[in-house]
Amino acid sequence: MRSSWRAGAGFALGAVVLFAVAPVALSDFRLSLLAKYLCLAMVAVGIGLAWGRGGLLTLGQGVFFGLGGYAMAMHMKLADAGPGEMPDFMQLYGQLDALPWWWRPFASPWFALPATVLLPMLVAFLLGSLVFRRRVRGAYFAILSQALAAAMAILLIGQQGTTGGTNGLTDFQGFFGYDLDDPVNQRMVYFIVAGVLLLLLAIARQLMLSRYGELLVAVRDSEERVRFLGYDPANVKLVAYVTAAGMAGLAGALFVPAVGIINPALIGIVPSIEFVIGVAVGGRAALLGPVLGAVAVAWARTTLSEEFPAAWTYLQGLLFVLVVAFLPGGLASVARLVRRRRPPPDPAPVSPAPAVAAQEVTA
Amino acid sequence: MTVLVSQLFTGVSIGAVLLLIALGLSLTFGQMGVVNMAHGEFIMAGAYTVYVLQKVITDAGWSLLVALPLAFAVAGLMGVLLEFLLIRRLYARPLDTLLVTWGVSLILQQLARDIFGAPNVQTRAPDLLTGNIKITDDLVLSNNRLFILTLAVLAVVALTLGLRFTSLGRRIRAVVQNRDLAAVSGIPTGRVDRLTFFVGSGLAGVAGVALTLLGPIGPTMGTNVIIDAFLVVVAGGIGHLKGSVIVAFALGTLQSLIEYSTTVSVAKVLVFVAIVAFLQWRPQGLFTLRTRSLA
Repeated sequence: MRSSWRAGAGFALGAVVLFAVAPVALSDFRLSLLAKYLCLAMVAVGIGLAWGRGGLLTLGQGVFFGLGGYAMAMHMKLADAGPGEMPDFMQLYGQLDALPWWWRPFASPWFALPATVLLPMLVAFLLGSLVFRRRVRGAYFAILSQALAAAMAILLIGQQGTTGGTNGLTDFQGFFGYDLDDPVNQRMVYFIVAGVLLLLLAIARQLMLSRYGELLVAVRDSEERVRFLGYDPANVKLVAYVTAAGMAGLAGALFVPAVGIINPALIGIVPSIEFVIGVAVGGRAALLGPVLGAVAVAWARTTLSEEFPAAWTYLQGLLFVLVVAFLPGGLASVARLVRRRRPPPDPAPVSPAPAVAAQEVTA
Repeated sequence: MTVLVSQLFTGVSIGAVLLLIALGLSLTFGQMGVVNMAHGEFIMAGAYTVYVLQKVITDAGWSLLVALPLAFAVAGLMGVLLEFLLIRRLYARPLDTLLVTWGVSLILQQLARDIFGAPNVQTRAPDLLTGNIKITDDLVLSNNRLFILTLAVLAVVALTLGLRFTSLGRRIRAVVQNRDLAAVSGIPTGRVDRLTFFVGSGLAGVAGVALTLLGPIGPTMGTNVIIDAFLVVVAGGIGHLKGSVIVAFALGTLQSLIEYSTTVSVAKVLVFVAIVAFLQWRPQGLFTLRTRSLA
């Protein structure tokens, strides 16, 4: 009971900060940066679920981020071009006479919007069901997921005529009829991003607290035992992986209107593994840890890498080394440690005397 | 026909490069189970060893010959240092090792950028290796590719013999097969780990020397090759060198044949699909070490 009351208060506080404090305190520029960080935080929620709770180190979340992002970007490009027209970059390269067949369905928002989530989930389902069922796990799975990210980035770069190549898709004018140059509409995008993030957090919390969440942790800690108890660990992992993929896809889809670009440099090996560092810093198994960690790391990156790009790379490397090796629970575990050091705030009211005595004994 | 043969040769030489890179990994990842993402940066260190050495020894042939053992030592010592400082503490947490060594690789890349500059640099190849051997008019084998093929074969032979017949090799195999039993038999497993890591990382240095013959070298050269090398070991299976050897040549040939009929980028994706499909058939890789453990 108490934990749900506290969670409610936490969500209310988060909503107040995101919807009331941030828009007033931050300039338009800072607010759009925050929107970008919050998109990255959505990916982190999914990684926290799959990696922190399920032990699935997915180094290829960029693929799902990219699928969602490209699905949204293709729709926005087609909407900008108008019915029957080709997007500007295709006309520029001039290699094509007509729109490729796989671009066509994205003209309809009724296809493109669900596709931003369902397409990544489908890819994750295909790869996951193949891989988990054959009990490919641990580092093997991590390397395969990383190779998927590499393959996807290389494919996008190679097919320049239809995907925009290294430049990716950018230069969007409108977002479902709203002009993206207008700061008011940028704010609207920010509010959508913030709302979706809170929604994803609520979903992740429900999943973590459910019976399924317990099973997921059990699979992480002892897969064989779960198997002997009669569950199929492959299905348990698959749900976490597909959910994380859907969250990454949604994040990618919102990243496009919020930041205005999607390209292979945002989804390859390096960005995919960078998603993980924020989660590790914040605390992989905590609910809020990944979100705060992702926002903090993204913020530090923007602040530092502009002035000292070399220093940022060193710091990022050190973060990986120090946090993962020596503080595997992330900052969330620091908070817990500090809380444990302090004496309990209110001893049990029923029988205070024995409690104090017991404390002295254990201390 | 000659086209097919020359594509096959390209495939074999791609395979030889893959094999040289993956050979060190098949020791550190395959035998010890350590996912060392900084392996690519040890390759880079080997390549830069050639670059630095050519400032001292101007003759390209001699510098290459000296560079081979020197790069082995440089990369090997970096590996030992990494093992001693970090990896040793993380043997129970393989996934965390992956992330930690990724951090190390970021730091090493930036170090290379600060020392040698961000742009790629070029090393000189010896005259002997710049030519070609003409077999027929259409079929031309380049000397540097043949050299790398020879180097890869030599490395495999040396490693196989070393693992089979030297006392260190016996100890490595003993530790791989049953760490606890090896320890109670009086084998210092910690020292064996460190030596295994030295040899595995040293082989990355040798691979780096070979890569200087194929193109320019730069700070990110390691990242570009490391994933392919890991895939070779994953598909080849742990605990055996022959799996990595077969898979490296198979993947090289596959890549070159698909590249010939489509494009490089499509080939990469199809090779990935082929590996996932292959793992459906043999999830533990081509050859596996049979143990009684459940994990």
